[in-house]
Amino acid sequence: MRWEKLISLIIIVALVIGGAYFAAKPIQENVKLGLDLKGGVQVRLQAKGTVTDRDIEQVMEVMRMRVDELGVTEPVIQKEGSNRVLIEIPGVEDPDKAIELIGKVAKLEFRLPDGTVVLDGSELKDAREEKDPSTGQVYVALEFKESGAKKFADVTTQLVKEYPEKDGVRPEQRFIAIYLDEELLQNPYVKEAIPSGKATIDGYESLEEARNIALLLRSGALPVEVEIIENRTIGPTLGADSINKSLDAAIWGLGAVFLFMLIMYRLPGIIANMSLVLYALLLMGALIALNATLTLPGIAGFLLSVGMCVDANIIIYERLKDELRNGKSLRAGVDAGFARAFWTIFDSNVTTLLAAAVLFYFGSGSIKGFAVTLSVGIICSMFTAITFTRFMLKLMVESGIAKNPKLYGA
Amino acid sequence: MDFIGKRKIWYALSLIVLLVCVGSIFAQGFNYGIDFQGGSLLQLKFEKTDLTVEQLREGLEEFGLEKSQIQLSDDSFIIKTAELSQEEQGKVLKGLESKLGKLELLRNEKVGPVIGKELRTKALLALLVAWILQILYISFRFEFRFGLAAVLALLHDVIVTAGFFSIMQYEIDVTFVAAILTIIGYSINDTIVIFDRIRENLKFKHKEELAALTNKSIRQSIVRSLSTSVAVLFVLVALIVLGGETTKYFSIAMLVGVLAGTYSSIFVASSLWYDFRPDKTGKAHSLKV
Repeated sequence: MRWEKLISLIIIVALVIGGAYFAAKPIQENVKLGLDLKGGVQVRLQAKGTVTDRDIEQVMEVMRMRVDELGVTEPVIQKEGSNRVLIEIPGVEDPDKAIELIGKVAKLEFRLPDGTVVLDGSELKDAREEKDPSTGQVYVALEFKESGAKKFADVTTQLVKEYPEKDGVRPEQRFIAIYLDEELLQNPYVKEAIPSGKATIDGYESLEEARNIALLLRSGALPVEVEIIENRTIGPTLGADSINKSLDAAIWGLGAVFLFMLIMYRLPGIIANMSLVLYALLLMGALIALNATLTLPGIAGFLLSVGMCVDANIIIYERLKDELRNGKSLRAGVDAGFARAFWTIFDSNVTTLLAAAVLFYFGSGSIKGFAVTLSVGIICSMFTAITFTRFMLKLMVESGIAKNPKLYGA
Repeated sequence: MDFIGKRKIWYALSLIVLLVCVGSIFAQGFNYGIDFQGGSLLQLKFEKTDLTVEQLREGLEEFGLEKSQIQLSDDSFIIKTAELSQEEQGKVLKGLESKLGKLELLRNEKVGPVIGKELRTKALLALLVAWILQILYISFRFEFRFGLAAVLALLHDVIVTAGFFSIMQYEIDVTFVAAILTIIGYSINDTIVIFDRIRENLKFKHKEELAALTNKSIRQSIVRSLSTSVAVLFVLVALIVLGGETTKYFSIAMLVGVLAGTYSSIFVASSLWYDFRPDKTGKAHSLKV
């Protein structure tokens, strides 16, 4: 019996168990949960007709503003392909309102006092708040698209000509009202003809105020028509329910695997179970470090890669048994078993990894999450099997606590 | 056990199962979920606990949705209909609430027809790409005949899993596609471990008959194959029994796939390789190692 080896063995086992115990909480707090576990709304929008990158960026900008109105934390708005936008809003109180808000066709109209519509939002290119550096005056700068610029030039020229100012009194007919979704947003007076397609609205108290107006104007300027091609809403109850059920399944499933490994492989079974715990910690750490999202299929992927982790251990132990049966000593058996098992584990895992990579490439949303978990899981399991299992097995053999090959399942 | 000598029996067994599966796929097809078909899904939980599917169906009649697929999941109902607009859906929910009492919308999904069509193409493409990559890798690490045998065994596993879902008329959705690809990953893993043994034994023994050598390789790997499958099955059964609705069908697909995969790895893949190999003496010279 070599006491120092035995003591290291015990310390490592204690460290792994202690590590798992203390890491459980931080892991729970830091792992990012997908919408299917947390509850929330996922909407996929597609632009109609041909669109440019700029159009999509503007659509995303508009969506960002609309989603912000809901006051939720961490919404995700991302481009998909060339003409799609994916919006994920976790923890929404009123999903219907969110979908309605996202899908609404904001109608921005420039109207004359008699109600004639001069322009609509599709002809507005940009609106932003600005501050004159010399005077300190705050205004909103508008820029129209080509068609809009022309119309705006015509109308303003005509207004100025038809209704000249008398004694400094502003004629009522020279105002152009701006309506957003039938609500009066601004009612600026036309000071002069504006032929350039660039206009400014002044009279704001603060830059903040101007910014809000510019935002609202832009939100009405969806450059292309978009339609909701997919939406998924998961209520928070169902998400919590899924987590609980998955946890139950994990506890029973893993418990069974632990027991099975102990019965099948005796002492090395303990090492296998330790490496399973370590593997789970590594995987969770990697997911957090990668800022990956844990989805429901992701949990399934995690549990499945547990199978792969066990498999690597099983391959090693079966090899060890072979070597022991062939009359090798324990120590030589461990070395030979590992040398032979390595390439088997490598080849079999690479082929699985190929399938996961394909899944990642073609999948979207929760399926991508599954592919990530599975891939990271395979890599972590391979790593633990090659390093930790080997190290522990050698330590166990060298400590001399178990010399009987029967304790190794042979 | 003489795997190679009795291979005709195992081939026949596989063929019969495959025929039944393919027959079902052609005769009754798949029960495509809204992911593939487009449509709306509502999962509702009513305050009234003794509500039956029939009562709910009656409630849906007013909106012409009585033909919808309704499924009981624990204490909630999953309703799948043609695509409903936000407005229509609002009306349906209000209508149901006034008739059947207070309800909670647990889950709501709407998938347009574009997505479904895209998913079909993508899924098939993913399968194809996965297969080609596997053949390439195995040809590179082993030899082409191993790759071909492994991929045929995979095809067997995929058809059995898909056939099972067709026979049971379980729903096919995105997670099913993920399950199929995972099965491919898992089953190839299983097959490779046996092939790896054959490769190794070919290197060391020169005079052994190929049939005996293959048999021995399978025997040497069978405990590992079964142990790993049992470990994975524990997890899958736990997910099926205790997990939620979403992971349940994924796990069922995986379960069938793992069983088929274990069978094909042991009884089909190596035999196919044996049949593909013209030289039955077990000499290593034709093999790249």
